Amino acid sequence: MGQITLSKVVKRFGDVEVIPPLDLEINEGEFVVFVGPSGCGKSTLLRLIAGLEDVTDGHISIDGQDATELPPAKRRLAMVFQSYALYPHMSVRKNIAFPLKMAKMDQAEIDKRVDGAAKVLNLGDYLDRRPGQLSGGQRQRVAIGRAIVREPAAFLFDEPLSNLDAALRVGMRLEISELHARLQTTMIYVTHDQVEAMTMADKIVVLQAGRVEQVGSPLELYRAPRNLFVAGFIGSPRMNFITGAEAEAHGATTIGIRPEHISIVPEGGTWTGKVVVSEHLGSDTFLHVDIEGREEPMTVRGDGEVPVRHGDTVQLSPDETKIHRFDAKGLRIE
Amino acid sequence: MATQHSRAAARLMISPAVILLLLWMIVPLAMTVYFSFLNYNLLMPGAHNFIGFENYKYFVTNPAFITALINTLVLVGGVLLITTVGGTLLALLLDQPVWGQGIVRILVIAPFFVMPTVSALVWKNMFMNPVNGLFGWIATSFGFAPFDFLSQAPLFSIILIVSWQWLPFATLILLTALQSLDSEQVEAAEMDGAGPFARFFHITVPHLSRAATVVILIQTIFLLSVFAEILVTTNGGPGNASTNLTYLVYAQSLLQFDVGGGSAGGIIAVILANIVAIFLMRMIGKNLDA
Repeated sequence: MGQITLSKVVKRFGDVEVIPPLDLEINEGEFVVFVGPSGCGKSTLLRLIAGLEDVTDGHISIDGQDATELPPAKRRLAMVFQSYALYPHMSVRKNIAFPLKMAKMDQAEIDKRVDGAAKVLNLGDYLDRRPGQLSGGQRQRVAIGRAIVREPAAFLFDEPLSNLDAALRVGMRLEISELHARLQTTMIYVTHDQVEAMTMADKIVVLQAGRVEQVGSPLELYRAPRNLFVAGFIGSPRMNFITGAEAEAHGATTIGIRPEHISIVPEGGTWTGKVVVSEHLGSDTFLHVDIEGREEPMTVRGDGEVPVRHGDTVQLSPDETKIHRFDAKGLRIE
Repeated sequence: MATQHSRAAARLMISPAVILLLLWMIVPLAMTVYFSFLNYNLLMPGAHNFIGFENYKYFVTNPAFITALINTLVLVGGVLLITTVGGTLLALLLDQPVWGQGIVRILVIAPFFVMPTVSALVWKNMFMNPVNGLFGWIATSFGFAPFDFLSQAPLFSIILIVSWQWLPFATLILLTALQSLDSEQVEAAEMDGAGPFARFFHITVPHLSRAATVVILIQTIFLLSVFAEILVTTNGGPGNASTNLTYLVYAQSLLQFDVGGGSAGGIIAVILANIVAIFLMRMIGKNLDA
């Protein structure tokens, strides 16, 4: 259970077309991540699937059944909101039990499911507290608990980790991935953070201005970005783009090379430049190198012990097999 | 307020205001208490002898007292009920996006700006009057006998008039509270399968409870001392069917010229207000805790 198909879905707000005709197939049990810059329509797309917004045109079907006109509650989907949207006046137990109470389930079954969810999410000690007395991570878990007790066909996550601090975010990311592995339920996850997308997804949908730029597994997107936008969006730090004569030598308008595919060589490198900033992370070092004739500094990843400082001159050499080529329209050349 | 010196300076600075406020409150209260123990009638000049609790005894044993007490509570309760329930419904209505929303909101607030005597007179003469009033005209044009509101149901009529005045206040406060409700919460409830009514009772009403508490507490303070509306419409009558404590105190001290008895009534009204306040805080005060 949990196959979702979008065919020719269009969303307009007045005259503004937020989502042009869009087709998307989400398979059962998949962890799909919608990723894109802010304002790209990824949250709107999720809300269309949830039924919180009406589609202007096109069809949405869930498990083969047309759900375009179904109200949100009838779609058997559960959503975790960015602000968690917990009910502040109810205890954690009542929050989690709310969807079951609305479904008029009997009390014994409700108690069983709430206790089950609390155990899975380590919320046992907090069941009688109010959301206001919980930390951000705990609130997040309550929101997830409220979603899992319904045993939905699919989970929808709307940027659930963006209100958490960095350390907690990494932890919750793992927890959500584990939850997916255990429940094997379809999950759709919206984020603007490509690291979250890369680490969690089975399938990434890269969106820009409502259009699907590319769909694929994280590594497919990393290895073979279909166009300049995807190439620049996926991967951190972002890919270096080179235009002009150097690109033409490779038979392309633009060539791209990822920071991790450039090495620092003692001599005979393709480029010579001056280090503007060197960021030592311990495991890696990111160098920003000013090269003559280039407006932006080139980003290079070296290992953690690179003995380079600000102002040093270095020689760089790309891994020729890892160069991505793009034509004048920004599309990939194979 | 870090050092002892700055604390002392701060106390010195605020003392004029505090002392003024204290005097402003204490002096009239003390004088009322003082008068309430005197045999002080304006018709008997010169005789201001101390008579202990005689005034209180007289006021409490007055057959009108119990009626006035009940009327006061019914008036306060009735208006609170109508304004909070009606205010919530009106706020829900005004929260919907409609054309001309700004003008509609101003119109809704308007009754609050009309002074009590004027609005009560308008109601008395233009709506509730069985001969000239709008309600009477509606009744007769359907072939019914007109209903004389102010003599048949005097207290109810006054509750209606006072409610009309206070409804905008409740609506306004509840509307702002309603607008602060997180839309994601409502959407979450929608996804959780809650219908419109379930959403209203499980999400909206609890969210409004704090604002409703403020509305109830503030209104109670003013409603315990409703006076002008009674004076210009029913004069507390027929009999004492629409007399509340405030009006009874007025009747005692200014219609019967009994300053001592009126003062005693005033003190009793203060005590009653405090009892009501204690009960209210017990009942709904916890809503104000964050």
